[in-house]
Amino acid sequence: MAQESGSIRFILNDTEVALSEVAPTATLLDYLRLEHRLTGTKEGCAEGDCGACTVLVGRLVRDGRGEEGLVYESVNACIRFIGSLNATHVVTVEHLAAKDGTLHPVQQAMVDFHGSQCGFCTPGFVMSLYGLWLTNDNPSRAAIEKALQGNLCRCTGYEPIIRAAEAAARERPSALFDPITRTREAVTARLEALRQTETIVIRKGEDCLILPVDATDLARVLAEHPDATIVAGSTDVGLWVTKQMRSLNPVIFIGGIAELQRIESSEAGLTIGAGVSYTAARDALSAAYPTLGCLIDRIGGDQIRNMGTIGGNIANGSPIGDSPPPLIALGATVTLRSKDSTRSLPLEDFFIAYGRQDRKPGEFVESVFVPALPAGEHFAAYKVTKRRDEDISALLGAFRISLDGDRVKTARIAFGGMAATPKRAKAVEAALIGQPWTEDTIRKAQAAFEADYQPITDWRATAAYRLLAAKNLLMRFFLESTGEIVQLQRFEEVA
Amino acid sequence: MDKSAFEDRTTITGPMHAPLKHDSAHKHVAGTADYIDDMPEPAGTLHAALGLTDRAHAEIVEVDLSAVAAVPGVVCVLTARDMPHSNDISPTHLHDEPVLADGRVQFHGQPAFAVIAETRDIARRAARLARITYRDLPTVIDVVDAMATGGEFVTPPLTLQRGDAEGALERSPRRLKGKMRIGGQEHFYLEGHIALAVPGEDDEMTVWVSTQHPSEIQRMVAQVLGVPVNAVTVNVRRMGGGFGGKETQGNQFAALAAVAARKLRRAVKFRPDRDDDMTATGKRHDFLVDYDVGFDDDGHILAVHANYAARCGFSADLSGPVTDRALFHADNAYFYPNVKLTSEPLKTNTVSNTAFRGFGGPQGMVGGERIIEEIAYALGKDPLNIRKLNFYGDGDSGRDVTPYHQKVEDNIIRRIVDELEASADYQARRAAIIEFNRSSRVIRKGIALTPVKFGISFTLTHLNQAGALVHIYTDGSIHLNHGGTEMGQGVYTKVAQVLADSFQIDVDRVKITATTTGKVPNTSATAASSGSDLNGMAAFDAARQIKERLVAFAAERWQTTAENVSFVPNHVKIGEELVPFAELIRQAYAARVQLSAAGFYATPKIHWDRATGRGTPFYYFAYGAAVSEVSIDTLTGEYLVDRVDVLHDVGRSLNPAIDLGQIEGGFVQGMGWLTTEELWWDEKGRLRTHAPSTYKIPLASDRPKIFNVRLAEWSQNVEKTIGRSKAVGEPPLMLPISVLEALSMAVASVADYRECPRLDTPATPERILMAVERLRQI
Repeated sequence: MAQESGSIRFILNDTEVALSEVAPTATLLDYLRLEHRLTGTKEGCAEGDCGACTVLVGRLVRDGRGEEGLVYESVNACIRFIGSLNATHVVTVEHLAAKDGTLHPVQQAMVDFHGSQCGFCTPGFVMSLYGLWLTNDNPSRAAIEKALQGNLCRCTGYEPIIRAAEAAARERPSALFDPITRTREAVTARLEALRQTETIVIRKGEDCLILPVDATDLARVLAEHPDATIVAGSTDVGLWVTKQMRSLNPVIFIGGIAELQRIESSEAGLTIGAGVSYTAARDALSAAYPTLGCLIDRIGGDQIRNMGTIGGNIANGSPIGDSPPPLIALGATVTLRSKDSTRSLPLEDFFIAYGRQDRKPGEFVESVFVPALPAGEHFAAYKVTKRRDEDISALLGAFRISLDGDRVKTARIAFGGMAATPKRAKAVEAALIGQPWTEDTIRKAQAAFEADYQPITDWRATAAYRLLAAKNLLMRFFLESTGEIVQLQRFEEVA
Repeated sequence: MDKSAFEDRTTITGPMHAPLKHDSAHKHVAGTADYIDDMPEPAGTLHAALGLTDRAHAEIVEVDLSAVAAVPGVVCVLTARDMPHSNDISPTHLHDEPVLADGRVQFHGQPAFAVIAETRDIARRAARLARITYRDLPTVIDVVDAMATGGEFVTPPLTLQRGDAEGALERSPRRLKGKMRIGGQEHFYLEGHIALAVPGEDDEMTVWVSTQHPSEIQRMVAQVLGVPVNAVTVNVRRMGGGFGGKETQGNQFAALAAVAARKLRRAVKFRPDRDDDMTATGKRHDFLVDYDVGFDDDGHILAVHANYAARCGFSADLSGPVTDRALFHADNAYFYPNVKLTSEPLKTNTVSNTAFRGFGGPQGMVGGERIIEEIAYALGKDPLNIRKLNFYGDGDSGRDVTPYHQKVEDNIIRRIVDELEASADYQARRAAIIEFNRSSRVIRKGIALTPVKFGISFTLTHLNQAGALVHIYTDGSIHLNHGGTEMGQGVYTKVAQVLADSFQIDVDRVKITATTTGKVPNTSATAASSGSDLNGMAAFDAARQIKERLVAFAAERWQTTAENVSFVPNHVKIGEELVPFAELIRQAYAARVQLSAAGFYATPKIHWDRATGRGTPFYYFAYGAAVSEVSIDTLTGEYLVDRVDVLHDVGRSLNPAIDLGQIEGGFVQGMGWLTTEELWWDEKGRLRTHAPSTYKIPLASDRPKIFNVRLAEWSQNVEKTIGRSKAVGEPPLMLPISVLEALSMAVASVADYRECPRLDTPATPERILMAVERLRQI
């Protein structure tokens, strides 16, 4: 058994903190505002949707070539638990200006272009723009909009903020005081020193939070605490706490487990560790499967994508999770591990019923394997929402077919938002297989959606709309396979 | 003092009409602008949470709060019976709005109790442990239900009438009837409601509240506590957005915080969670409009008869003036030769709807524009042609009288529309779009140009007054206070510019201070776009008084006449001598000249008789127009706003930078209202869109991809407003009616523009697709 130690250590702006008493579900936002009176970071919604609480979290990340570097990502402090911050550098808006009060170029541009009105969302915008500024000195409007998908402003109409982002990107004076650039090496060294080498367990009264040091340790801990809540990005679990006021205990944080962060690519396909964030998975998925990059770009905002994981999106079993339908269409399998065994099963079989998944006590989702898409097969995933970005799907359809000559040889179609779980459209598939790939076939197959799905009416859409749009997405898929342009694109360039 | 700041310059910084930055911009971006939750808490501050009911309409049989009170850290639980003097916060004094539900629940989520605890977290967790027993009563959730079940009103309806609408409708060569649903809107101010009450000695209570209406909070707190108004002081430095949602809706939080603070003799902070805020506070009214229009073959409107039925919720709140204003704007910029407009402010078992930027005007205008669209599609013409035919005429045209019998004396809509039509290249783009739609199978486009004419003044005439308090200290620095509240719209900046301009001193010598009922009493809400108009004039009046005293003093001391004393940049010119401003102040003080003044302003000219539906409720009108171009996906109903061009009238702008920000921001907010922002109640009357995860306001990627906004720089107010400027807060919100109508045109293309698509709002992708399907069946 690994050794245990009892504190979460991270750097907050300039200061290293070590917390040996921290509740399993204590949030970063409350910690900043209540413990440190760093009140620049605001609470707008407490559910990771408005971005007023945006801060940057820097951590050491191994890139595709295996090289480790310090990467800063925007996150929502309101649903980020303190327990997930070990060995990170938390940067708040207070850290940006120079000690003499000189504003950072990002801040100054926001002033110069009248980017604030009521000002409440502004620190969050500044932090998102700062995250962009650090990595992109000539962002397109598409890139700026993407960086701001997780930030709501109710006053400005955004136009001045976009202009500020463009101006700030160009503003990089040589004498610049930039707190992250200036301290990058030193912070890297400090984070190396803070790197977790043993299991961290913090108990406070009844409360218990655990940071296993590796996957084996996670399996062991989970065997001891089969009722524990596993937290990776906390983009879903965070709301159980801030909105449902649920008491979670114990909580196991897996964000620091390097093995779960791996993406392995082979000729057979991609294996994505359960701890891989949407952001980290995006490029690999985008390269291997058409439309998945665009789909991921419409899941949450940057902050959510930086925190949330594909493993979590699967494990929580939501009927409106955006990753299961395309993964099911692609024939993905999920690997579940426990102390004593490891097993894999088709992803579609993992979802048993609403709120029920095939995960036994003591098991955790270790990875998902996505087979490579054979050449010549058509694949696309389409998300339909009320608001284009940072919205939960009304429905999401994923389509994959192979043709034999002009006839459909195989078809795998899966939808989210149409049933109590992510679900295959087997009647539609049957109506396609063996038929000529023509508009007439599509029209006939559209009726089969009614056999596959009896969607509900809720605030995102009516049952009638869901069914009609699902049928029409099949038509879109067909038309696109014939080369017709049938989707609206705000920008030609894909960000 | 620092004399270097007063070097000889020919201009000052921050005069009127300069594009000065928002006074708090630096603090906003640095994270150092303090909102109420950011203020250091007094020692021992307690925290409050609401206990919400879960019935839309029920008798409360029993409330068992024992589990709530038993939670460690809970200090007390307040119910209606704990209100020391009154449980009423009805802003209309109709006694229809309790602080806490007493015996009866009238909407799902109505607060029934408040928990006061050592921490906010404890209070919130404890609030969930109450056991309330209900006896259900019949519910009326929707406008249609309300009309079907007899249509009880929360406040008396209004009729505006001129000419003989019914007779003219009968005689019209063409006649059309229709219905339109217009959705409500959640304010979604980024800073939710918050109040911090600090008890003082005797009966004193100081409350920091995020409110647009400190004087009302003051009266309500006094009323609930049973103390004279003079015992209560209400302060607000800034709000993180208001948009009308903080005109009356802060009352309950302030009152509860004050009651707890009085009872416990400790400071109490009340910051509801976003979901509770969205559940328990009112929204923009949704409407059902029934219209009947008569017109001729050219498209001239001959008569309009329209009824505006609104979901008001369980109490009156501001529903009277809101539904009145819907009627005041049902004509938008069009002359109706014969007209009858009626309102139905309907009672429903939903949260009481309230003020929201535009205050009913936008809903009135959307209805009026639907009438134009109906005529255009019926005649197969471009709606812009129909608009131009029906614009109000000039004074001698006989076409300048509104349905409320006010003459339109400052009409500039033709010039605005003509200029915009040309600068946006409307005609060529429309032709190109029609061509595109002929050959595009899935993607369709639409374009529309819509005008705005918006009446400026509170329609409750006595509210059109304001006060300001100006002190000059012995170093020549100026302290400014007025009744306007800052919610991001820049009123503090604009009024400071008025003062800098009046004294001809750099604006950074003017200290902007938090609005407080202790300095300027009996203020009106910062609402109705009136903040700069009213408070700017009040500050101007205070400056005038002090300047008159300074001039008299200077003339006497320098042995000259008043005509020879003038205020020049950072100096006063007395005869041939140039005296630094601060030096004059120092001498005036020594000579015992009063350096402080209370300014006051009351808008002239306006009057309104609601009983007869006649008067001049508006001092002037603000105008504007927008051209919007959109694309829709006819397979899913998804859409994009490709381009928007705006030309808007703010008179002679007090601050062009701030005014542009109001126009851009108002446009996007109005666009959200008409497109993606959907309030959705379930069958139990629960609002299910009560958080940003389910209620979708526009994002950066929703704003028009190309967004050209210009001020009508040639315009100046014909009335003697401050600097001849015009109000800007609300009018731009209605410019995106052009987006709605462009979407409508794109939908209409699937049936070759033969039918008016009759899109209801919000025009979500679902409504677009369903309208496409409907037209395809024709």
